[in-house]
Formats: sequence, C-alpha cells, structure tokens
Amino acid sequence: MPKMTIDGVEIEVPAGITVLQACELAGREIPRFCYHERLSIAGNCRMCLVEQEKAPKPIASCAMPVAEGMVIKTDTPVVQKARKGVMEFLLINHPLDCPICDQGGECDLQDQAMGYGFDKSRYHENKRAVPDKNLGPLIKTSMNRCIHCTRCIRFATEVAGVEELGATGRGEHMEVTNYVSRALTSEMSGNMIDLCPVGALTSKPYEFAARPWELRKTESIDVLDAVGSNIRIDARGAEVMRVLPRLHEEINEEWISDKTRFACDGLKRQRLDRPYIRRNGKLEPATWGDALTAVAWKLRGASADRVAALSGDLADVEAQYALKELLAGMGVRNIDCRQDGAKLDPSNRAGYLFNSTIAGIDQADVILLVGTDPRHEAPIVNSRIRRRWLTGALTVASIGPLANPTYGVTALGMSPAMLQNLGGFADKLKNAKNPMIIVGMGALTREDGAAVLAQARQVAEACNVVREGWNGFNVLHTAGGRVGGLDVGFVPGEGGRDRDGILAAAQAGEMDVIYLLGADEIDMAKLGKAFVVYQGHHGDAGAHRADVVLPGAAYTEKDAIYVNTEGRVQLARRAVQPPGEAREDWAIVRALSEVINNKLPFDTLAQLRAGLVAANPVFAGIDRIKSAAWGSFGAQGAVADRPFATTVRNFYMTDPISRASPTMARCTAEILGGQTLAAAE
Amino acid sequence: MLRDEDRIFQNLYGFHDAGLAGARARGSWDNTKSILDKGRDWIIDEMKKSGLRGRGGAGFPTGVKWSFMPKQVGEKPHYLVVNADESEPGTCKDRDIMRHDPHTLIEGCLVAGFAMNAHAAYIYIRGEFWYEAQCLVDAVKEAREAGLIGPNACGSGWDFEVYVHRGAGAYICGEETALLESLEGKKGMPRLKPPFPAGAGLYGCPTTVNNVESIAVAPTILRKGAAWFAGIGRPNNTGTKVFCISGHVNQPCNVEESMGIPLRELIDKHAGGVRGGWDNLLAVIPGGASVPLIPKSICDTVLMDFDSLREVRSGLGTAAVIVMDKSTDVIKAIARLSQFYMHESCGQCTPCREGTGWMWRVMERMVKGNARLDEIDMLEDVTRQVEGHTICALGDAAAWPIQGLIRHFRPEMERRINEHAGRRQAAE
Repeated sequence: MPKMTIDGVEIEVPAGITVLQACELAGREIPRFCYHERLSIAGNCRMCLVEQEKAPKPIASCAMPVAEGMVIKTDTPVVQKARKGVMEFLLINHPLDCPICDQGGECDLQDQAMGYGFDKSRYHENKRAVPDKNLGPLIKTSMNRCIHCTRCIRFATEVAGVEELGATGRGEHMEVTNYVSRALTSEMSGNMIDLCPVGALTSKPYEFAARPWELRKTESIDVLDAVGSNIRIDARGAEVMRVLPRLHEEINEEWISDKTRFACDGLKRQRLDRPYIRRNGKLEPATWGDALTAVAWKLRGASADRVAALSGDLADVEAQYALKELLAGMGVRNIDCRQDGAKLDPSNRAGYLFNSTIAGIDQADVILLVGTDPRHEAPIVNSRIRRRWLTGALTVASIGPLANPTYGVTALGMSPAMLQNLGGFADKLKNAKNPMIIVGMGALTREDGAAVLAQARQVAEACNVVREGWNGFNVLHTAGGRVGGLDVGFVPGEGGRDRDGILAAAQAGEMDVIYLLGADEIDMAKLGKAFVVYQGHHGDAGAHRADVVLPGAAYTEKDAIYVNTEGRVQLARRAVQPPGEAREDWAIVRALSEVINNKLPFDTLAQLRAGLVAANPVFAGIDRIKSAAWGSFGAQGAVADRPFATTVRNFYMTDPISRASPTMARCTAEILGGQTLAAAE
Repeated sequence: MLRDEDRIFQNLYGFHDAGLAGARARGSWDNTKSILDKGRDWIIDEMKKSGLRGRGGAGFPTGVKWSFMPKQVGEKPHYLVVNADESEPGTCKDRDIMRHDPHTLIEGCLVAGFAMNAHAAYIYIRGEFWYEAQCLVDAVKEAREAGLIGPNACGSGWDFEVYVHRGAGAYICGEETALLESLEGKKGMPRLKPPFPAGAGLYGCPTTVNNVESIAVAPTILRKGAAWFAGIGRPNNTGTKVFCISGHVNQPCNVEESMGIPLRELIDKHAGGVRGGWDNLLAVIPGGASVPLIPKSICDTVLMDFDSLREVRSGLGTAAVIVMDKSTDVIKAIARLSQFYMHESCGQCTPCREGTGWMWRVMERMVKGNARLDEIDMLEDVTRQVEGHTICALGDAAAWPIQGLIRHFRPEMERRINEHAGRRQAAE
C-alpha cells in the first residue's frame, strides 16, 4: 500500500489505483468529464489536472497511477488556472443553450462551470457548428454541445459491445458519430444518455418533457425482465416521466436496459382504469361491487376442480400469495405461475434460481448457455458476461440459438441432445475453477422441459459444477414475477393441473372459471367457454378475452415484493397512484375474499407480509439472497430431438407494458426493422 | 567548422552510390559483427558516453533511452521503432539520410535493436516520402540478401528483421505514441503516459522509438568511439548534427555540422548568407516550426545547440533553421504556423482541440490588425492555457511560436492594431 501526500495530508492508498481515486479517498473532489469508473481511461478532457511535486507540468490525475511517496496538490494556483483554462476551452464552442437544453439542472458542464467558469467570454470568433446525428428512436443528439469526452464511444465499444460509435475528423473538426446514420443496435444504448456529461445525448422520448427539479423521485426496482434492476422512477403528478438506473453493484451496477428505461410510456396507454363486465359479448364499465359480485357468484357456483388460476410475468408476490390463499381456502388446486409453460420444478429452490448470482459471473471461467440468449433475455447479465469475457478469463459455449451475442461463443449445437454429448467441453467444465451452466426458458418451455432440466442437472453434477462454496447451476428467467410465484408456491397443489393441464381442460370444456392474474402470454383461444376473470393493469390479450376485468396496479403504482432470478427479494415502491379506480392487486383479492365470504386473514399489507414470511421465511430478507440447498429436480424422460427455440423474439415487446409503449413500438420498427428476432432461428 | 572526415553522412547530397556497395565504400557495415560482439552493455554504455541527444527534437539522451528497456526479455518481445515521419515544417534531414545513405539507418537499426534485445525494427516513414520509402525497401532487401540483417545478422548469431511501414501523412503520427497507435492500425492519437513505450509500447510490448538521425549515427559512433563524438561540440551538446537551412538564404541546404556552431557562421558559410546580407535579417526559427523564433539581435551571437537556444527561450528542435529577412510579414508567417497546428491537432484532448483553432483565428485578425490591444495579452494567456496541459507536445508546439512572436515582435503587432483602428476611424 503506497503512502502519498495529498494536500498536505498523508494517506495510505491501495496499490494500482489512480491519483484521482486516491484524491477521492482523501476527501478531495476532482472535477472530470471524460473519466468514468466503469469505462476505460481516456484522459482527454484535461479537467482533472492536479499538481505533482517534481513534475514539470500538471498531471491528468485520472490516468496517473499512484506511487510511493507521491506528493499531490489539488488546489494550487497552477491547478486552478489549468482547470479554468480547460473550462474556458470547453465553453468557447459550446452553444450555452442551457435554457432549452434537456440536460439543464443535471449537467456536469453546467455544475463545473459554476466552480471554474468565467462570467463572460473572451472568445469573439464564430462558434463551431456540428450536424446532429441520427442514433435511432431513443437518443436525441445535439452535437454542438458535445465536448468530445468519448464516454459514449467507450460505453458502446466496451460495455454494450456494439462498435457503432466513433469519432471522425481531426482537431476541432472531430465529430462523434455513428458513421451511417442508423439506429444503434444495442439493448443498453440508453445508458449513454446518463453517461453524457452534457446535453449532446439526451432522451428522445423525454424530449422537453420535464425539468429534473420538478420530478418526484422514487427508488424502486424494475420487473420487465427477471434481473430486478434497481431503478429510480421520476414522476410528476400522476405521470411517470422517466426511469433511471440506481446503483446496485451486485445486479445492474449503474446500467439498465433500454426496455427498463424507455417502456415507461406504456404505463400511460391501454390502461384498465375501471372494472368491466362482459354483457352481450361486449365489455361494459361496471362498479367494483358489481364486478366482484359477478366473480364471487361464479367462483362459488363452480366446483373446485373446475376452477383454475394463472399468474402472469409481472405479478407481484403479495397478489400471488393472496390469490393462492383465497383459492386454497376454496379447495382449488389448479393454479400455476408458469404461464409460459416452463417445466420449472418448484420442489427445489436451487433448481429454479440463478445460484451463482449475477455478480458471480465476475468469477466464472467457463459458461455453458443452454437454450438461453442473455443479450435479449437479460441485457444486464449479458454485459457482465461480456466484461468477464473481455478479461480473457472466460470461455462461453452455447446450446441453442443465439442472436449476436457481444462475446465469442462456441456453438455446440441447437438441440438438447447435445447435453449428453458435450465431448471435450465437459472436461472444460470439470477443470474450470468457477464453471457455470445457464439454463434459459428456451430449454424449459417445451413439453420435454422437465427432462431437459433433469439432464442439465445431471451435467452439472457430472461435471462438478456444484461444488464446495460454488453453485454454478443457474436458471435465467425472463419474467420478473416468476421466482416470486414459485417461492409463494403458486403452483399446482396435490393432484392439481399445471398450465398445460389447465389449458387442455379448458379447451375440453372442463373448466368453469379461470382467474388470470395478469397472465397475457397464453393462447386465449384455448380457454374455451370458461368464465375468465382478468386482473391486471393493461388492456392486453387477457383483458380482451375476459368476462370480468378487475383493474390492478402496475409495478410503479404499488408497494410490492418481487424476487429476481437470483432469488433476491426486492421491494418495488409506489411512485404514482394507480389510474382511475384501479387498485393494488393484493387489495383486490382481499376485497374479493370478503364478497365470497371467505375473508382472508389480513387487512393491511404489513399483515399480509407477516403471513408471507411465516409461510416462507425467504421473504424476510429484503435485498438478500438465501442460497438454496442442492437437491434433485426435473424429471426423467425422453427428450425430443428438436432445437431449442428463442423465447424473446422481440426484446422491445415482451409484456403488456412494453407492448403498449409507443417508444418500444418505434424501437421495433427502427432498430429491428419491423422484423422480430425470428431471423436468428 | 566540422572537418570532412568527421562527417557521418558522407553521401548526404547523393553524389555517390546510395546502394550497399557505395555504403560499404563509405565504411558502413564494416565489421558490424565486432560491434555486436562487444555486447549490449558496452553498446549502451558507449552511447551514453558519447553524449548523443535524440535528434527528433526533444533532445533526450539516446543511450539513456535505450537503457530504459527491460534488461531481460520477458513474455513479450522487444521492438525498435524508427520514427521516420519527418513532418516538422522546415525539416528535411531524415529524408536525405533515407534516400542517399539508407544503410547508415539500417545498420543503426541492427546495432540499436541488438542493444535493446529486439529482433525486429519498424521504420515508420511519412506517407508522402514515396521515393524514400522505396529507397529504404531496396536497401533493406540488399542488406538482407547480403546477410547483414535477417537470420544470423552479420554472422553475429542475432536474428534481426527490418520492416518499412508507410504512414498516411499526419503530422501527429510523428509523436511517438501516436506513431505506435498508427503502426498498430488505429487512429493516430497520442497515448497517455505512463505507461511509457519502454514498458508498454507497440502492441503493449517494450518498445523504443528513435528518430532516424539518432539511429543512423549510432554505428559510426560505436566504430569511431564515444570519445570522438563527445569531442565535437560542447559538453552536454556533443557531436555532429544535420542542419536544414531554408527560407531567405541564398543557398538553402542540408549540412552536417558540429553542435554549437554559431548560427551566423552556419548561415554564412553553408547557406550563402542571408538574402540581402546579414543586416537584412529579421528573425530565425532555429529548430523547426514548433520552437519560438529569435530576432536578429539574438541571432548575432547564439550558438546552435540545445542548451544555448534554451537559454534564449527557444530550442534546437530538429535543427531546421528557417530564415526570415526583413521582407517577411512575421505575424502572417506565425499565423500560417498556427493554421498548420490547428489542421494537424488530433482533436483528442480539450486544450489543443479548442485552443489551436482559437489561436489561429485571433492570429488571423492580428495579421490585419483587426483586434484590440488587450487581445495580445489574451492571446498570450490562451497559449499559456494550452501549453503543458495537453496529452502530447503538439499543444506546446502550437503555443510556442505565438509566444515567441509576442515576446519579440509585440511592437509590430501593436502598430498594426493601431493602424487598423486608425483606418477604421478615418473611414467612419
């Protein structure tokens, strides 16, 4: 640990860090534009200059490694002059259009100009004009404002893994550009908006919508994929204006995917804001009382084995728990949270979790992807794999279709048969220090999914992927509500039917009532003549088929627990009220129970959660992961020689919210060119 | 004046055969094996003792630079890179060495490469030097066929290859780390230092980048002995140097002279004197476009070496002497240099990217006098804001000529501003 002196204070710092980091440890804030902790060092903005004793000129602290005995001064006239000089240079060609700039109020240049800027300009020449660039439907550019820090270029190249940005021209004619004026093809591109220290890259959907100081900020989590990215929801009045990432080192660090960020305009459209009852084939507005009575009447009139419930991808833990308790009280056993038909085995938690944890990818040295396409199913996970791969310490192989991963992958084959025929790769797994198998929904949402799961488990056991202190068996979910559903036991009871069974029975006319808790991804035609209750927040497939619609709350409108693919229990928080007469989902179920005359034993969310924790102690540990004990899961059986399918065909539209989002529709059109990822198959 | 037998480049003017036979007749490749046989430490030590300072402009002691290379070859190979991207305005010495005496350079590559444990040398030659690149390629071929380089070079047991790589004509690629980037196939943008090339250079391997002249003089120094070289010139400014004299002289030329020759003697003896006589001299840029100019009063007495020129707040640079007589519009001359630096700035770091354009625009107004008097101070201040704050030395190079101008020709700048203001008033 080198000792150094910063502004007269001696401090011991870890070896290998930079002077800038050392100054921060010493409590000295160093202004910067180009430097970013998670990107490579560029050293080009020159704002972080500090004085080093015995050095002939000021040094760029972001790029200088610390050394024993260094003496650094961060606040001398030389430093001040250097920084003021750099600030002046940055401002001479900057348009200073802050009043009409969306970055206003959260602009690094604006903030640092307060400290180092002059009150008037000495530059009397014409300012440079730079043509704006087309980066697609998400990022608006105003390139006159660009200060050439190259953060966006480095992010695209390093983190996102798409080399679509670069700089052309030299000197003052240097321009950051994507060369071909076509939309960026990254699922992570929105992060460039956060990275841009000025208003050169701003959010296109959020253009001129609000000022940061008008917004109410709520710290929450994202549920549009199973990663559980930590987000901040910025709302004004009753409207969610934007979603930003929130730091969580073990999940999303400070990135979020474009769907997480931009699908929020779907929260304003296609909303179910009042109950509906189908009369004469048409859904007509109704009161809560009428709707609940209609449902209760049907439920009470049906025999328990002719009632079923399916919960959807965005269903929270509390609602699933409440509905499960309600139906259990009525003797209903046909319930399932796996609306995609995945043959996940609820009997063993280790069999449906991402056991290594997302942060564990940083240690992995061999990864086998089985029927999963992380780039489109969980871009955050994908970028971690890429980062690990870039270090050169990771080998990735895949069974199943994979569309443009951002790292090198050895394609082992397409069909599950490969699992029993890994050849040399089995030895690689065996000999690796931290091997990982990632099983995706592409492998499990098949009729033989349970057998595939069992085979994956056997590979894990045979190759010693699960060992002392390391569990390398992972399931990568695609739905934010799935693990929570499995954890509350929203699965068929003794002798109950699973999704396939429910749909088959409904098609055969053996189901009287089907309760859809936000389940939209099933084939509604298979529901037959059953009386369908849809509880959810968007007028999507489920609501169109429903006989009664109970309007619920979206994830930004309720305090709710979600469990991510790692098994991490997290809290979503209410940023805005549900629209109109819509209510929080657990409360709807609770109200229904009263009408049915089978009152659930909780009146508040706190009481419900107490019951939840009693039923499964996992839910007590917020933001904690309880590692699951290894055991047997899956089922022996024949495996069809059919290739794995892609589950996420259109990354931008995977759930009722993103399907309702105009921004996601534009992405689908401009980035995917109206094509889905079917081309990859 | 340097004696003829002390001249290293015996064919600087191309009067003789540039090929291998001619080079051998001049003493090149004469028992190179015996030099190599004396060992690495001896070579580096001898280079240190000779006092040779890098001929590319910065004047860093060459022997010391070689000694920075790791003593043992680790996992990564060592490389020698020769900077033949001679683009400094006014400079054309490497060009003549490469086209008329290429074997001095190739032999130098072997000696230097051997001393730093490198098996390969890359000569990065300026893109516009098409003919010179051809000469080099031919010379490399000749040397290889004669077994002077290649496997078991000169019978020394050391394998050594020389590769010629043509640049694409960017001034910035003469900066050593930008040159490495360019050589790697990337955009020519200087790297941050540390790490220095001796630690992580070409492809991340230990690398030394030397100017053509620095390498080309090495074999002769080692043959004739460090004492011979150190005996020429002044202490700390030893040896011979190729000067490029251009501008308002009667006979512009390249000439190899001893370091520390008086500037006046250099111009009078070799370049036929200043056009219109010494008294017609206005100023001289003594070391290529990037060093501050010196007015006649300093030119009268100044010696041409690193330390003497530094004392008068200029520099030897590449020893490209640009002579300007009294017919010169000195402000316009410097403005032209400002335009050059603006054009050649790579755009990577802020002060240079933004500052070079600003300085040029103000300079253009200064040419006409279309400015305020206090803008001279502002211009000076802007040059100070650029100087020393950039990644590479191009920022400094852009700032210094203007600083020199203001230092020595401020009255002329003021006169022009006042005149312009007077004209404007009269017009109103």
